[in-house]
Amino acid sequence: MAKIFAVTLILIAIGSAIPIIWHIWEPPADISTHGALIDEQMSETMAEAGLSFLAAQFVLAIFVWIFSNRPKGAKIGHFPGGATAMVLAGFLLVGTEVIALGIFGSRAWASVYFQPPAADAMPIQVQAGQFAFYFRYPGPDGKFGPMHPNLINEANLNFFGLDYNESATKDDIVTAEMAIPVNREVHLLMHSKDLGHSFYVPELRIQQDFVPGLDLSVHFTATKIGKYEIVCTQLCGLGHYNMRAYLYVYSQQDFDDWLKKEAALQ
Amino acid sequence: MATTVHEPPQIERRLPELGGSGNGGRNLPPSGGRLRGVRDFSPPPSSTALWVGLAAITMTFIAFTSALIVRQGASMDWRHINLPRVLYLNTVVLLASSVTFEVFRRSFQKKRDALDPGTLSHSQRSAAWLYATLLLGISFVVGQYVAWLRLSADGFYLATNPSSSFFYVLTAAHALHVLGGIGGLLYVIRRFGQSQLRPTALGVASRYWHFVDILWLYLLWLLWAKL
Amino acid sequence: MHDMSTEAVHHHAPPTGFIRKYIFSTDHKVIGKQYYGLGLVAVFTGMVLSWLMRLHLGWTSLAIPGLHFLSSTGAPGNVMTPEYYLQLMTMHATIMVFFVLTVAPFAAFGNFFLPIQVGAEDMPFPHINMMSFWVTFVAFLVLISSFFLGDGPALSGWTGYAPLSAVGGVAGPGQGLGQVLWAASLAIFCVGQLLGSLNFIPTTLDMRAKGMTLSRMPLNVWGWFITSCMALTAFAVLMPACILLILDHVAGTSFFVPSNLVINDQLQPHAGGSTLLWQHLFWFFGHPEVYIAIVPAMGIVSHVLIANIRRPLLSYKVIIACMFSIAFLSYMVYGHHMFVSGMNPFSSLVFSFPTLIITIPATLIVLIWIGSLYGSRLRINSASLFALGFISMFVAGGVSGFFLAQPSIDIMLHATYFVVGHFHLVMAVAAIFGIFTGTYFWFPKMFGRMMNETLGKIHFWLTFVGAYCIFMPFHYLGLAGNVRRYQAFVGYMEPLIPIHKFITVAALITGAAQFIFLYNLIHSRFWGKIAPENPWECTSLEWTVPSPPPYDNFGGRHPVVYHDPYQYGVESENGADYIMQDSTETPKEA
Repeated sequence: MAKIFAVTLILIAIGSAIPIIWHIWEPPADISTHGALIDEQMSETMAEAGLSFLAAQFVLAIFVWIFSNRPKGAKIGHFPGGATAMVLAGFLLVGTEVIALGIFGSRAWASVYFQPPAADAMPIQVQAGQFAFYFRYPGPDGKFGPMHPNLINEANLNFFGLDYNESATKDDIVTAEMAIPVNREVHLLMHSKDLGHSFYVPELRIQQDFVPGLDLSVHFTATKIGKYEIVCTQLCGLGHYNMRAYLYVYSQQDFDDWLKKEAALQ
Repeated sequence: MATTVHEPPQIERRLPELGGSGNGGRNLPPSGGRLRGVRDFSPPPSSTALWVGLAAITMTFIAFTSALIVRQGASMDWRHINLPRVLYLNTVVLLASSVTFEVFRRSFQKKRDALDPGTLSHSQRSAAWLYATLLLGISFVVGQYVAWLRLSADGFYLATNPSSSFFYVLTAAHALHVLGGIGGLLYVIRRFGQSQLRPTALGVASRYWHFVDILWLYLLWLLWAKL
Repeated sequence: MHDMSTEAVHHHAPPTGFIRKYIFSTDHKVIGKQYYGLGLVAVFTGMVLSWLMRLHLGWTSLAIPGLHFLSSTGAPGNVMTPEYYLQLMTMHATIMVFFVLTVAPFAAFGNFFLPIQVGAEDMPFPHINMMSFWVTFVAFLVLISSFFLGDGPALSGWTGYAPLSAVGGVAGPGQGLGQVLWAASLAIFCVGQLLGSLNFIPTTLDMRAKGMTLSRMPLNVWGWFITSCMALTAFAVLMPACILLILDHVAGTSFFVPSNLVINDQLQPHAGGSTLLWQHLFWFFGHPEVYIAIVPAMGIVSHVLIANIRRPLLSYKVIIACMFSIAFLSYMVYGHHMFVSGMNPFSSLVFSFPTLIITIPATLIVLIWIGSLYGSRLRINSASLFALGFISMFVAGGVSGFFLAQPSIDIMLHATYFVVGHFHLVMAVAAIFGIFTGTYFWFPKMFGRMMNETLGKIHFWLTFVGAYCIFMPFHYLGLAGNVRRYQAFVGYMEPLIPIHKFITVAALITGAAQFIFLYNLIHSRFWGKIAPENPWECTSLEWTVPSPPPYDNFGGRHPVVYHDPYQYGVESENGADYIMQDSTETPKEA
């Protein structure tokens, strides 16, 4: 039975590794400017985690195979170096591994969060609420009009609680889909209407929670034209699974056309 | 059914090794070659249990404190309230109760050490300190309730403002623990009356009481500083 | 000299009458069995809930026969509504984490065996111990009662994030009274566990028998001791958090709810609270909680492994040091649940370093376990199979932690099935394997009868292979961006549904295999082979008393301990390869 355990374990370990090695299921291709560091970090970690996983399962299997069903008087052997070797190996190998991951990972993290948005980044506001995302563009004046929660009225499509009599609000453009021009930095201002939500676009390598009461933002640049999904990843109620919006990355020309069309619909 | 305690076999002393043969502390004779009776040296379990309980209570109030600090910083709606003056009177009352409890404990200890174990009778006078503690303790709780009445009379209820919310939550949580202390005190009074009061139990009850007192001093400071 | 410790244990005659013996018992062994029974009921409840969830995930519009009896609003026509899925998910997780993973490896086995293994007659405060079980039981009832509410139990997950959990029924079904009952149940549970720690810690520190120094305690006793220290600090933080949450619900306070929230076009009355405050308080408890779930299992697996490899581990002290480090570090890592939560990004880096560092003691323990197999005389039985399975599962679940410990990677994997795979492997599988290991090993001592080995092995194989089939694919789903806590998969996740179907089938089969275990438990309890005093030839003190032990554990004698608990691989006088802890023999190295 020990030998069956060993063989089963090895098969399971290899079986678990196959989808990874053959890249059967993995994150979609990166369309962001900051994602390369994240992807590199992911590959590094996968290699280290994968090797550790395989090594541990294999050695466990091999030891179970060899050291079970031993004859009655078999001598107890001692692992070379004993616990001292283990402790040293543990600290040195794992220690350096995790410190390396930590240091390089910080660079990837810093590239997302510790750089301020460019001065000419395009501001877009996104509001999350049960169970939809809505977006707002500031219009030609570049300013967002103030939001008044008491004016929010979904039936009248006033999602942001805007008072269109106010000057800054007049040219604001509210949409149900998000469009951005390719290769242009976007500064996304995140606002929650009611509860916790989250903004996740796997291709963009962006995930950030909305926190009611806090003004948060992320910034990014998309490098590939296409249609992508924005999904909510913070449990927000029964419609959570269906809370999504589409992100369109257009050429500059197509984006301008889109924005003009949306402005006309206000 | 007494067990004969065997002398441990005489074995060569071997130093513990880390690794190599994987000893795991094999059969070391305790220091001095004599079996150390662990039970004889260890503190009474109720004393350890008290520390466990105090650690947990401390963590709870640390959690409340951090909630207060974060909540105060979270938004501009914090309104300072005037602490009802009776709180200061209550503080004196609680401090006095700690004093009376301690006086009782010391006199009990002295008497106990002086008398031989067979005659554990005590004069009526020393029980008075216990009753004084009880009275002061109950007065404290009543006084806290009076503080609540004062605050609500000023228009500050539980949900009126985050500051008043914390006032009620903190004082209520503390008062609950004082009630627990009163429970311990009643137990002490009962055992004392039956001449069966053990020093351990008294020590635990009184130390708990002092802790609740010091906790109140901390909370009072917190309320004064933040509210 | 006055022996203070005997004051605490009230020597009295064994209880008579059914109620005193089996219901309101102060005997730590009965209390341990009661906890085990509670854990058993909870785990099967949680498992059935998981089946319902998995069926729905594979086949969203499936009409599950009988479901509308559980809830007519939640499953009209037997088809689960989206909100009911979330409610079942919340209850599944809450029941499993609290009433299985904290109760079984810690409260159940700990209560039964801790006093015996340190040589004590009972815990020092038997009545408080009794209360700890009944308070925990009441907490379970309060939680379960939310199933019977009109609009059902809470749906905000076992993490209960505010404001969803704090604004009340307007946020969704079950968010009114259901959420309050959830929070109340947890607060009561915290009290129950604290009462348990009040017994565990003094027993370990003050009630040990003569010669039972701290370094002669079995490793699983260290596991329970360290866990009780964590429990008393962690639960002491969850309780105030739950109280504040309940106040936000019923008293109109705003601890966790900020102003200007608009739900259903209505401005909510709350003002100024902090959403992140709940997360900080919850995870300060929540992370130690998961170590509370695993450390006892590590201790149990260590102890059982040693008995089955017939030699001590490479180092007893290193294992203990690692368990302590894990416990200590567990308080510093909790922010790794909040990397993208909106807290200061610098804090995310600060939390990620101890999270990465905690890998070191965890790895060391695994290295020592595996290294101790080298040159050993491994015996295969149900208990040792589950112990070996634990090591495999703990590694599998642990390596995914490498990813999640890094904030930059967490951007991709947060709130996906990758996280779900990680914590299920370490908790739902590894910790449960620890419970199985303990059960197969200690059943003979607890009930005086042997479990059926054949059934045990069948149970092991189905569970081991089944668990990998269920939870490995979760990681692939996560890498592909499959978001968690979704009741159905649309858009880019739709092509992943076939994987979910595979997982569901695996889950149903693996779950069915657990009934083999249940049958084995019940059948062996009444008709199993009578167990000898020491069927596993194990050295610790519980194997020096009859199976099952008498009322006062040692039959009135006071054991004296001469050896550490891992005298294996030695030549004993009667030809055996082990020496009991209370034996007066001199060991000769074999």
